[in-house]
Amino acid sequence: MAKQDNVSVQQRQYLRREKRYARRVLLCQLGLLIAFLILWEVAGRLGWIDPFIFSGPSRIWQTTRALWNEGLLRHVAVTVGETLAGFLLGALVGTGLAVLLWFSPFLSRVGEPYLVVLNSLPKIALGPVIIVIAGAGTRAIVLMALAISLIVTVLEMLGGFHRTDAELIRMARSFGAGRAQIFRYIVFPYNVPTLFGSLKINIGLSLVGVIAGEFLVSRAGLGYLIVYGGQVFRLDLVMTGVTILTVVAALMYESVALLQKWVMRRYGH
Amino acid sequence: MECLRLEHIGQIYHAHNGEETAIRDVSFTVEKGELLSIVGPSGCGKSTLLSIVAGLLPPTSGQVFLGGEPLRGYSPRIGYMLQKDNLLEWLTIYQNTLLGLRIRHTLTPRTRMRAETLLRTYGLWPFRDRFPSQLSGGMRQRAALIRTLAVSPDVLLLDEAFSALDYQTRLEVTDDVYAILKQEGVTTLMVTHDIPESISMGDRVLVLSGRPAVVREILPIVFEGGARTPLFCREHPAFTGYFQHIWKELSAHGETG
Ligand SMILES: Nc1ncnc2c1ncn2[C@@H]1O[C@H](COP(=O)(O)OP(=O)(O)OP(=O)(O)O)[C@@H](O)[C@H]1O
Ligand SMILES: [Mg+2]
Repeated sequence: MAKQDNVSVQQRQYLRREKRYARRVLLCQLGLLIAFLILWEVAGRLGWIDPFIFSGPSRIWQTTRALWNEGLLRHVAVTVGETLAGFLLGALVGTGLAVLLWFSPFLSRVGEPYLVVLNSLPKIALGPVIIVIAGAGTRAIVLMALAISLIVTVLEMLGGFHRTDAELIRMARSFGAGRAQIFRYIVFPYNVPTLFGSLKINIGLSLVGVIAGEFLVSRAGLGYLIVYGGQVFRLDLVMTGVTILTVVAALMYESVALLQKWVMRRYGH
Repeated sequence: MECLRLEHIGQIYHAHNGEETAIRDVSFTVEKGELLSIVGPSGCGKSTLLSIVAGLLPPTSGQVFLGGEPLRGYSPRIGYMLQKDNLLEWLTIYQNTLLGLRIRHTLTPRTRMRAETLLRTYGLWPFRDRFPSQLSGGMRQRAALIRTLAVSPDVLLLDEAFSALDYQTRLEVTDDVYAILKQEGVTTLMVTHDIPESISMGDRVLVLSGRPAVVREILPIVFEGGARTPLFCREHPAFTGYFQHIWKELSAHGETG
């Protein structure tokens, strides 16, 4: 907690240097993006790449505007909703399972090989089974997202719990802390960064699950748009879908990062 | 009056690659309000011994008595301060010092007051809203001590609690701590690597043999004339005699293994 009063000249200079540095980083990031977009556009116009296949920024922009009138927002909302549902479920159930396994080292040992095998199993291959179980609809898509993010979350969180500084746990035990208190006061707060790390990974994974699910069953969503574009050979539509997907993923990632910043500040990490 | 008694404590560690006797047979008694220093070669089982008294580790054999009663596992009357300060980086110093009270469900306005008083006496009050990473090593160590003292233990176990500090800070902190412990009448077991520290702080010094530990000697430390503070002891003519005695005792054992 920096004291706001009596800020010295050096401190102000330091802050200014930091700010300038951050601005330079941001500028370069934006520059890269703009350079990429220009190159993409120019390459298409000059015939270096086939704009019919690779599309281009201006074509994507036009497609987006056209789609806007056909209810683009609904497609985005469907995909975001499904992703959020899968993502939150994955985080909650995954963390819950990890907590359970942490409380019972025996269970944890028993479950270990299963977790490892399940983790390397390509969950998308289960798609048909999931559709049969949950029906060809939103539920199947959310389940797909859950299937992809769940095991990773369990492994990530459990690993974090086990890596908690043993000396801190000894300290808590020296005050007579039981397992639940050790978890509450030491292990969980210690792993808040782990939790956010796994949340960030899960956004990407849930999106993969949702898009894969939409490829298989849906009538709406960005995944559906992409598949549809492929079927009717409108690759502009595909590239537009992918571009919007990128933006959506980035925004979701950024929201988690912001939430993390807020929580970490509160917890003084 | 007897406060703490260890009877034939032994500890054997079991692991896949074999078992290891850390402590063979250790018995001693600590009087109420006394400060007993424990010195011994590295790895002889000092930390193990404190863990047993703290109830974190059930001894393989023997029994610990607290106030005449056999001690079974953890007792709220014992406070244990580990070598590392183990402050929680995500809590402020103030919240850190209340942790023990929270865990023991004894956080009341009165105990909170006591913690705050300790923070004031130790000069940490102005820093109470800082996070541990913003404090110096000496301040962190004091915060950890306050956390332990805040739960008002009758018996305090210190495991090389000052070894992370630089020499100057260490002298100051040990002086402070000594004053506080004596004022509060806390019975203390203090493990240290530092022979001068064991003499200047201890009412008696217990010398352990190399692993597996047995008690080599319990040496009463008496300095005549003047108020006993660690700094006073270090300058006392009798100091060197004690130092050489303990030094010989430790190295004599080192040769025989
Ligand atoms: N959890 C454990 N499992 C197996 N062996 C252990 C364990 N803890 C300690 N030991 C062994 O027991 C012996 C005593 O260890 P301990 O930590 O009590 O020594 P120490 O006197 O505190 O050493 P130091 O002076 O280095 O702090 C050592 O040989 C160590 O290898
Ligand atoms: Mg030790």
